[in-house]
Amino acid sequence: MSATMNTPLIEVKNLQRYFGAAAKPVRAVDDVSFSIQPGETLGLVGESGSGKSTIGRTLLRLIEATSGQVLYRGEDLGAASSSRMRALRSKLQMIFQDPYASLNPKMRVRDILGEALQVHGLAKGKEARDKRIAELLELVGLRAEHASRYPHEFSGGQRQRIGVARALAVEPEFIVADEPLSALDVSIQAQVVNLLCELRDRLSLTMLFISHDLDVVEYLCDRVVVLYLGRVMEVAPTAELFAQPLHPYTQALLAASPKPDPEIKSERIALQGDIPSPVNPPSGCVFRTRCPHAIDACAAARPELRDMGHGRFKACIRDDIANAVPAAPALMAA
Amino acid sequence: MKQIDMKEIDVNRLEVRHLSTFFDTDEGLVRSVADVSFSIRPGKTTALVGESGSGKSVTSLTLMRLLSRTASTQVSGEALFTNRAGQTLDLLSLPEAGMRRIRGNEIAMIFQEPMTSLNPVFTVGEQIAESVRLHMGLDRAAALAHALRMLELVEIPAAAQRLKEYPHQLSGGMRQRVMIALAMACNPTLLIADEPTTALDVTIQAQILELMRRLQAETGMSILFITHNLGVVAHHADDVAVMYAGRIVEAAPVRELFAQPRHPYTQGLLACLPAQQRKRELAGGQAGGKRRLYAIRGQVSSPLAPPPGCAFEPRCDLAIPACREAMPDLLAAGPGRSARCIRLEETAVATVEAA
Repeated sequence: MSATMNTPLIEVKNLQRYFGAAAKPVRAVDDVSFSIQPGETLGLVGESGSGKSTIGRTLLRLIEATSGQVLYRGEDLGAASSSRMRALRSKLQMIFQDPYASLNPKMRVRDILGEALQVHGLAKGKEARDKRIAELLELVGLRAEHASRYPHEFSGGQRQRIGVARALAVEPEFIVADEPLSALDVSIQAQVVNLLCELRDRLSLTMLFISHDLDVVEYLCDRVVVLYLGRVMEVAPTAELFAQPLHPYTQALLAASPKPDPEIKSERIALQGDIPSPVNPPSGCVFRTRCPHAIDACAAARPELRDMGHGRFKACIRDDIANAVPAAPALMAA
Repeated sequence: MKQIDMKEIDVNRLEVRHLSTFFDTDEGLVRSVADVSFSIRPGKTTALVGESGSGKSVTSLTLMRLLSRTASTQVSGEALFTNRAGQTLDLLSLPEAGMRRIRGNEIAMIFQEPMTSLNPVFTVGEQIAESVRLHMGLDRAAALAHALRMLELVEIPAAAQRLKEYPHQLSGGMRQRVMIALAMACNPTLLIADEPTTALDVTIQAQILELMRRLQAETGMSILFITHNLGVVAHHADDVAVMYAGRIVEAAPVRELFAQPRHPYTQGLLACLPAQQRKRELAGGQAGGKRRLYAIRGQVSSPLAPPPGCAFEPRCDLAIPACREAMPDLLAAGPGRSARCIRLEETAVATVEAA
């Protein structure tokens, strides 16, 4: 990707989102910055509690940021009025994790898609609307006659297609896909991955792809942001990240993810203990309590995200640790 | 029906033969598990793999006799379990009292969601002590001491303090450790693990799998591992049975299964994984350019209206008219292997290609 010279479509600056009492907040997202270039698919990975869903929602102002900025084409979304925000929402859409919970069970598919069109004043008139709905259904691999059905008449994979169609109905530029595959069976996941790839290429979509499935992220994303306890640990182009993770947490995460091949014996970097509470995160580096390479200095100050060259960044003060052997060197030739 | 590999019958920890579980519902008869046969060797792990609705959990609940006994549930077949004393018992025909002596004692079970399978109103220690008092006849103090040893066995830090805590005070990973401590309390010879790591984060999953591996090596117990995660299967199973729509469609030792899957469903399932796709691209010298993932088309048929012949036929790239005529038998497909497909000659050479 040589997109670094372009103006980013989305820029996240020092984003913070705290929940709960001000005295003892849950630091769900703590000073996160990254940008997404037009046409780029950025992966956001991390374990539960890392803040990845909160970031996705804060980006679209489904929840408000505690502090920090989200810029869309240079415009601060946090400062946008509600009517301006409504207009912007046709450019910024979301695909949700659970295709069972995110579609209104009392609405027909026609009305689910039609509502999106109506709110944004698109495809006015019954005829134009029906035509557009049929187009959208075909776009996501469903049939026009499915418009008169209710969500419960569809399988999980088909429902996720409806969720994708609803997001695309308003012709967005940017989509936040929040774990869009995790409620689906493996054989159906591949169908939805292909659909997302195809639509992204055809409609030149920019995407923030939130997932805990590293294999899918490696397949689908151009760059990856690795989160831990609400903070960015590492940012890197996908191929480089998977071939040579620089941050000890990324190394452990990749090593812990079992490859579907009994012949690949991955280097085990067993992490001790649990993820600490975001109410009372460790001082300095939040990962130090589980890090096999932690030293005294790690507790002293919060490590800055440092530029390591070649589009890579890491928040770790140690440059003297050996990089983990990739799980499968033979597969990383690309 | 053809019997597969009967010579090891008397040494297997569990030998399931022609197990079927049907539910008579208002909409019709649902064949959740149909003619399922597999075995688990002593000290080894057999994985039951399948997607949602394939019948893998119903199989485990049937074996443990945990399905509610109503007129609408029809169970048939045999599940021959060899206990510590070397006696072979049929779990499906054993009287309830005999079953109670086995459950939680000889055969223990851990579930996917440790929060819902632990009792929220009892402390962790009391819950572990309950089963050892029942099965090992220990008094309250001795049972609690045993519970403490169990928590130490599963590497729970500050075990003495955790003993007095309630499930909600523990993290997800710690709860699953407690579930395992509970399961291990009576030193079972067979552990049934139904998606034990599905609700856990990947670094915690690695810890739990490592723990299960260690306990198996130390105690020699057998494990029935139910999962949909092929990565976990690849590294933690010895034998694999793949289920589709209530039936086993392929059974093989783990390395053989991944090296050369023989049933078109298994082939498709492995081919649609992004990791496998990359491997193929690189092997074929097509690194760089991203191709579409292989995807199994369509979806699983409704259990109320199964296809007339092979259940996978409507989604299968190799289907021919004969596939629609009858459900194929599980056919021998090499040493220790079998597959439910009439086109095994073709699947031996077929390489799944992305469209």
